[in-house]
Amino acid sequence: MRYLLRRIGHAFFLLAGVSLLAFLFTALAPGTYLDEMRLNPQIAPETVAALRAQYGLDKPLPVRYASWLNSVIHGEMGFSFAYNSPVVPLLLARARNTLLLTITATLLAWAIALPLGVWSAERLGQLPDRLLSWGTAALLVIPDLALALGLLLFAVKSGWFPSGGMASLGFETLSPLQKLRDLAWHMVLPVTALVLSSLPLLVRHVRAAVADVLNAPFLLAAVGHGIQRRTLLYRYALPAAANPLISLFGFSIGVLLSGSLLVEVVMSWPGLGPLLLEAILARDLYVVVGGILFSTLFLVGGNLLADLLLYWADPRIHTESSAR
Amino acid sequence: MKVEASSSGHNMQPLLKAENLVKRYAKRRLADAREELLALNAVSFSIFPGTTLAVVGESGSGKSTLAGCLACLESPTTGSIWYEEKDLVKLGERARRQVRPQLQLIFQDPASSLNPRWKVLEILVEPLILQRNFNREEMNQRANSLLERVGLSPDIVKRPPTELSGGQRQRLAIARALALEPKLLILDEALSALDCSVQAQIANLLMELQSSLGMTYVFITHDLAMAAYLADEIVVMDGGCIVEQGPPEKILKVPQHETTRQLLAAVPRIIRPALPAVEQ
Repeated sequence: MRYLLRRIGHAFFLLAGVSLLAFLFTALAPGTYLDEMRLNPQIAPETVAALRAQYGLDKPLPVRYASWLNSVIHGEMGFSFAYNSPVVPLLLARARNTLLLTITATLLAWAIALPLGVWSAERLGQLPDRLLSWGTAALLVIPDLALALGLLLFAVKSGWFPSGGMASLGFETLSPLQKLRDLAWHMVLPVTALVLSSLPLLVRHVRAAVADVLNAPFLLAAVGHGIQRRTLLYRYALPAAANPLISLFGFSIGVLLSGSLLVEVVMSWPGLGPLLLEAILARDLYVVVGGILFSTLFLVGGNLLADLLLYWADPRIHTESSAR
Repeated sequence: MKVEASSSGHNMQPLLKAENLVKRYAKRRLADAREELLALNAVSFSIFPGTTLAVVGESGSGKSTLAGCLACLESPTTGSIWYEEKDLVKLGERARRQVRPQLQLIFQDPASSLNPRWKVLEILVEPLILQRNFNREEMNQRANSLLERVGLSPDIVKRPPTELSGGQRQRLAIARALALEPKLLILDEALSALDCSVQAQIANLLMELQSSLGMTYVFITHDLAMAAYLADEIVVMDGGCIVEQGPPEKILKVPQHETTRQLLAAVPRIIRPALPAVEQ
C-alpha cells in the first residue's frame, strides 16, 4: 500500500515536470494562435490585441503557467482557442477513442505474442524458429507509417473495410448490437496496424525470455521429474520468464500509444492523434500541452500497472521490501 | 571395458548398464564448414544397486553430458543405456518421461536448480503432484518427513529457497529428488558449490541415505579425494573417454593414467599426507 502511494507520488512529480517542459517548449516555438489573424487585413490590430489580453498571451511565462495550474485544479487545463472551449472535455472525448484502440491492440498483440514466442523458444535454432525470426525482423524494419498506409490502400482497393473514421453513416439509427459490429468493423484496420507494428518486438522478447529460462537447472530438474512438456512451458517457464515481460508490458502500452497517434491520423480515427496534430499546426497552445500531458498520463498509468503486476506476480519483491 | 568387481563384491545384476555411449556435438565455426566435438567416446560401465560409482574428470571431460544421458534428459548419439531390461536410448518420449522420476539428477548449483518463485513446500510437493494419489494433508506429511530425512527443520516450509543457505538448499534439492523414490541419484558436481565443512556434511548425509534407503549413486566430481571417500568404484574420464577404472584404493595407490595423477596432484595439501606421495 505504501508502495502504491509512493509510486503515485512519483507519477505526480513526473507529470508536473512534463507539463513544465511542454509549456517551455511551446513557448519557445515561434508564433501564436493569433498570428493568422494579425496577417488578416480585415481584423483590426486592436481586436487582436484585445484577444491577446483576454487569452493572457501578453503576460510573462511564469504567470501563464501559474494561471494554467489554477485551471488544472478547476479541471479545465486551459482553454482551446480553436474550439473555444475548455481543454479537458475536448481531450476526454478523444482520449476515450484512443484508449479503445490502444487497449484492444495491446491485449491482442500480447495474446498473439505469448504463444508465438513460447512456440518459437521451444524450437530455438530450428527451421520454424528461424523463419519466424526472419518474419519478425522483416516486420520490424517496416515503418509504422508505411504499414498504416499499406493497410489503408488495401482497404480502399478491396472495399472490405472502411477507409477511415470510427462509425458508418447513420450510426445513430442502428441497434446497440449493430452499433457494436459497426465499431468493430471500423476498428479492424487501425488495430491490425498497431498489432503488426508492436508484435515483432513482443515476440522477440517473449522468445528470448523463455529460451533463457528453458536452460535453467530448475527447469531441467522439472523435466527430470517427468513433467509434461506443455505444463513445463506454460506453468514453469512462462511464469519464471514473466518479470522482464511484465516490464515490457508497461513499455508496450507506451509504444502502442505513440504508434496510435500516427495510425489515428492516417486512418482518420477521432482520437488524440488528429486533435494534437491540428492543435500543433494551429498553435493551439493549451490543447498541445493537454494532449502531451494526457499521453504522459497513459504512459505512467501503463508503467504503474506493470509495476503493480510485477509486485503481485513475484514473491521476491515482497520479501525484499519486508526485509528492509 | 569390463567392470571389475569392487571390494565388496557383487554377484547381482547391475541396476544400470551403459554400453559404448557416444555423444557428438556439431560445433559451428564461421570459417570452417563444421567441426565435431566428441563429448563422450565409447563409454561403458555398470552400476550395481546400493553402491556408489564416482565419475572423476577435469571440466570438459564429458562428465555432465554423461549425467544428462543417464538422467534421460539427453540422448547419446549412439550406444545403449540398459535399465530394467529396457534400452533408455531407444524409448519414445512418453516412455522416457515415465522413467525419468526413477533416475534423479542433483545439480551443482542449488540456487538455480530450485524454482526461486516457489516456497520450500511447493518445491517439495511438486514431484508428488504428478503422482496424483495424495491429498493435501498427506502431501504436507510427506514433505515434513522428507525434510527430516535430509536434516532440515520442517519450520522452513513457508520460506522461499533464496532465504536458505547453500547447504540447506542442496539438502532441499536432495529431498525433492527423494520425493519421487528414485532408484538412482546422479549427483553432478553436487558438492562443488559448497563450503568444505558443508561438503562433508552433505557427503555424510548421502552415505546415511545409502545405508538407510539402499540408494545407488553416480557421483560426478573433479575432486578425487571426495570420490575416494564416497565411492565403491571410480571411473576417470578425459576427453570423453574412460581412461582408468577401478576401486578407489587401487586408483589412489597405483594411478595408471596421466590424468589420474594430475587429479591426485590437485587434491588439497591438508589431505595429501593421507594419500600416497605424488611425483611432480
